[in-house]
Amino acid sequence: MEWVNAIVQGILLGGLYALFAAGLSLMFGIMRFVNLAHGDFIVAAAFGTLLFVDATGVNPLWALLPIVPIMMVAGYVGQRLVLNRLSGKDILPSILVTFGLSIILQNLMLEQFSADSQRVSAGTLDTSAISLGAGLTVGTVPFLLFVSAIVVIAVLNWIFAKTAIGRQLRATSDDPETVGLMGLDKRHLFGIAMALASAVVAVAGVLLAIKTNFDPAAGPIRLLFAFEAVIIGGLGSLWGTLLGGVILGVAQGLGAQIDPGMQILAGHIVFLVILVLRPQGLFPKKRGS
Amino acid sequence: MTHLLEARSLDAFYGDFQALFDVDFHLDQGESAALIGANGAGKTTFLKVLTGLLPVPGQALSLEGVDLSNLGTHQIAALGISMSPEGRRLFPSLSVRENLQIGASVKRSGPWTLDRVQELFPILAEKAGTPSTLLSGGQQQMVAIGRALMANPKLLLLDEVSLGLAPVIVRDIYETLPRIREQGTSVILVEQDIGQAVAVSDRLYCLQEGRISLEGKSSELGRDAISAAYFGRAKEAS
Repeated sequence: MEWVNAIVQGILLGGLYALFAAGLSLMFGIMRFVNLAHGDFIVAAAFGTLLFVDATGVNPLWALLPIVPIMMVAGYVGQRLVLNRLSGKDILPSILVTFGLSIILQNLMLEQFSADSQRVSAGTLDTSAISLGAGLTVGTVPFLLFVSAIVVIAVLNWIFAKTAIGRQLRATSDDPETVGLMGLDKRHLFGIAMALASAVVAVAGVLLAIKTNFDPAAGPIRLLFAFEAVIIGGLGSLWGTLLGGVILGVAQGLGAQIDPGMQILAGHIVFLVILVLRPQGLFPKKRGS
Repeated sequence: MTHLLEARSLDAFYGDFQALFDVDFHLDQGESAALIGANGAGKTTFLKVLTGLLPVPGQALSLEGVDLSNLGTHQIAALGISMSPEGRRLFPSLSVRENLQIGASVKRSGPWTLDRVQELFPILAEKAGTPSTLLSGGQQQMVAIGRALMANPKLLLLDEVSLGLAPVIVRDIYETLPRIREQGTSVILVEQDIGQAVAVSDRLYCLQEGRISLEGKSSELGRDAISAAYFGRAKEAS
């Protein structure tokens, strides 16, 4: 029973990793752009939640209302003003600049909020649980996280499959040069893609703030899990990213069950094994011509 | 009268390499011009310049008197130049219908709609939901042309339509050209097959090593003059 429980908790944890990873996957999939500051953006959204709750005193879930649009606008503007200047054949400039951005963000947050570990309370939600029967109980917050991950990925998939902007983003991902011939401004589409990714970052940040402790230096470890989930899942499908997150979460859950010190290591080992056996990920991007 | 498209002593560079030298080119409304020349003569380069893919800042290039030389690719597309590029460059993640729809992103109104394009190439209606990668070469070429038409261009650029296609397919595709031109669309086509180029164009330009080596009415140019310009024999003889 303990093992089943470890797997179930691992699956739910995978939802959080998938949320971390979805934004990263979007950015890399469309702009061929590696954002090393991704984890710090998530932590920044978590601190935004803290500020919002301190100021209003309402349930932290309400923080989604201001933080999602703020992050989207910031994402679009940042892409147009800074990141578009880096997009090109070479991936190195984007890595260097976002690495710098990561350090700047961490230090700004350190300056503003100190190095103390923070937590946002969601009131009774924090301690409530849902019984799944057969002695299995899951916390409401992890469950909510997993459902959010599914909803976010379903919405993103709908946007990509059914809307004109989604079509344009897929085309941009295929061939950004030819998209210009269609009268579309690549810089604008990259901005839109960044805004979408930032919306996911905002959701991840708010839920992170409710789910766990965070501090200004918590970003890089989030980034690492996000990268692992993206690579396990492959770049072909956001559901693959969810599966990648779940595999990582379950590996960590089972690792912790063997020995609490094994939790993080078990995740990394499973990641490495998959990287060796299937470097393109479980759902690679299909390319034809 | 201003020409629809006009380029005067145009030079183009890839980095330090000069690909076009002193090219004078003009095209009138409704006219069709063929661009011929050996591989590497600069035909595709010229089309890249027209669409803004290869920028030529500050040079004399205009569409209906509007300066194109400082505009980006998407701005030029919005003014009404659209291209079926060399190698077709369809979007592999998009279905046939989506590839056509994205051609209309530029939001120019005109005769061409999804229905009209599918009427022109009926096979594309049949294959609407198919991923573009699963089509035959000829069908992919039809999608590329249809996608360009969806923008309702004033000027349609066709780069190497017949490349890698069976002659019967090439004939089918060129048979649609009069129906495209009767909408008033001007056409510039790059073609390896000189016979084909002469047959479907009003005027002919021959490029040789980045320079215009011959220009004239397609119906009046003799085979000898064309092959001399194409292979540069006239130059060698002098």
